[in-house]
Amino acid sequence: MTDILNALVLLGNFVLVPGLAYGSQLALGALGVTMIYAVLRFSNFAHGETMSFGAMITILVTWWLQEKGVTFGFLPTALLALPVGIIATVGICLMLDRVVYRYYRREKANPVTYLIVSVGILFILSGLVRFIIGPQDRVFADGERFIMKARAFKQMTGLDQGLAIKTTQGVTVITAVVIVALIFWFLNRTRTGKSMRAYSDNEDLALLSGINPAKVVAITWVITGALAAIAGTLYGLDKGYKPFTYLGLVLPIFASAIVGGVGNPLGAIAGGFVVAFSELLLTFAYKRVIAYLTPGDWVPEGLVQLLSTDYKLAVSFVILVIVLLVKPTGIFSGKTL
Amino acid sequence: MSFLQGEGLYGGYGGADILHGCSIGVNKGEVAVVVGPNGAGKSTAMKAMFGLLDIREGSVELDGREISRLPPQERVGLGMGFVPQNANVFTSMTVEENLEMGAFIRQDDFGPTMEQVFSLFPVLGEKRSQPAGELSGGQRQQVAVGRALMTQPSVLMLDEPTAGVSPIVMDELFDRIIEIAKTGIAILMVEQNARQALEIADRGFVLVQGQNRYTDTGEALLADPEVRKSFLGG
Repeated sequence: MTDILNALVLLGNFVLVPGLAYGSQLALGALGVTMIYAVLRFSNFAHGETMSFGAMITILVTWWLQEKGVTFGFLPTALLALPVGIIATVGICLMLDRVVYRYYRREKANPVTYLIVSVGILFILSGLVRFIIGPQDRVFADGERFIMKARAFKQMTGLDQGLAIKTTQGVTVITAVVIVALIFWFLNRTRTGKSMRAYSDNEDLALLSGINPAKVVAITWVITGALAAIAGTLYGLDKGYKPFTYLGLVLPIFASAIVGGVGNPLGAIAGGFVVAFSELLLTFAYKRVIAYLTPGDWVPEGLVQLLSTDYKLAVSFVILVIVLLVKPTGIFSGKTL
Repeated sequence: MSFLQGEGLYGGYGGADILHGCSIGVNKGEVAVVVGPNGAGKSTAMKAMFGLLDIREGSVELDGREISRLPPQERVGLGMGFVPQNANVFTSMTVEENLEMGAFIRQDDFGPTMEQVFSLFPVLGEKRSQPAGELSGGQRQQVAVGRALMTQPSVLMLDEPTAGVSPIVMDELFDRIIEIAKTGIAILMVEQNARQALEIADRGFVLVQGQNRYTDTGEALLADPEVRKSFLGG
């Protein structure tokens, strides 16, 4: 019995907890991508860099706060700085829309043109970020490091395996739940949110109903910018901030959005967790789990790892390809909010 | 001069003109029907009246006010409602949300208007929480008309409201349209089912190649042997 519990705790510690945190980060990122797709109808490849930009501003403010001696108790100081990061990111999104995307909207550019434009913005933003904060790794998580330490868990339960929950993981999951609840409340209960869904559903009819497209577009950027800043900061808190990683993050984020059905917010969230858990389950070494569940001498010699962790990104690719082949509209058949 | 009057309209979708000086008008409480063969410019004329299409020449007046340069959204604000032929509901939204979006420009309480729509189309009240995309063709048309009624318009324009619905549903829809007209709303609609539409029409316009061929009361047009022979199949 204890062996089974040990095996479960082992999986919980290395798959469930990190998967929930990583899945939340992907879900928030995919939600931003899906919003832009549903309303502005293009794939925003600059979303990863937008997240990086938001995280950077948050880090700068965090440093400033830390210098002033302000802390947030056992929580990371970055949470106090996050509102500034959100405002700055929303600002740059609105600015980019005004000077870049609006032109292409008026030209009624096709989605491919938009996509290339967003790649251009990706380069500009990534250059800007490296110019301001540099390309190095930055660790800015402070406060209490763990909600639950492995040793404390072992003492509490008497098991051999420990379950550790980092504060950043807890913060990530709770923030994601709150943000997602807010977004759904906004989209389904408020007049403005409903007008966004209406615009996403049928642009012409929305115009006939007197819905102002400029306002819908602006609100979409506000939400996307806020989501990007939050997702970027949470990812940076959890895994350490390095500008380069945010470029790589675009792939799992797009995979998440497409798996769930791009344009569908529920799909973005489901997709985030599907991708996160697939990555972790395929790159986890099952040797010790098997050791617990089988008689002693059955333990295999290898690590029983399906894929080396180096192939993490390939998992997103494979999921993407499978979904596009089998069910191109995604789990929730997206298109509209 | 009628309450809503388009006079001498010329225009098209950028290339050659489709409308060649047609005139269409409707008064409050009346049903006016535009009929004619395919490609006669019926739908185009409707779009021109609503500002979905720029007219090159001619004028559109609402209650004596020249509105031909106003964008469609502003015309909605002035009391015009439009039900397009295709994609005329928000398919992913519930019936109730569709109506709510119809009332988007209203700042006051639109609850009573929604109740009126539900009493006009009882089936919508039963299905108020169902996505409009899951409804039948006839029910969708009811949602579409209901959505346009939510602004409490003085003119309601319908582009082929009975396209693709069964004859029974068509009669039902026409009955509702007469009911709406009786509340004092001007109704202007384009119809493929010319005979049935002219039966309920106070005014009929037979359009051919973007021009008025015949203009009269619905009854007179139905009685006219010329019109019967050429447009109503005998």
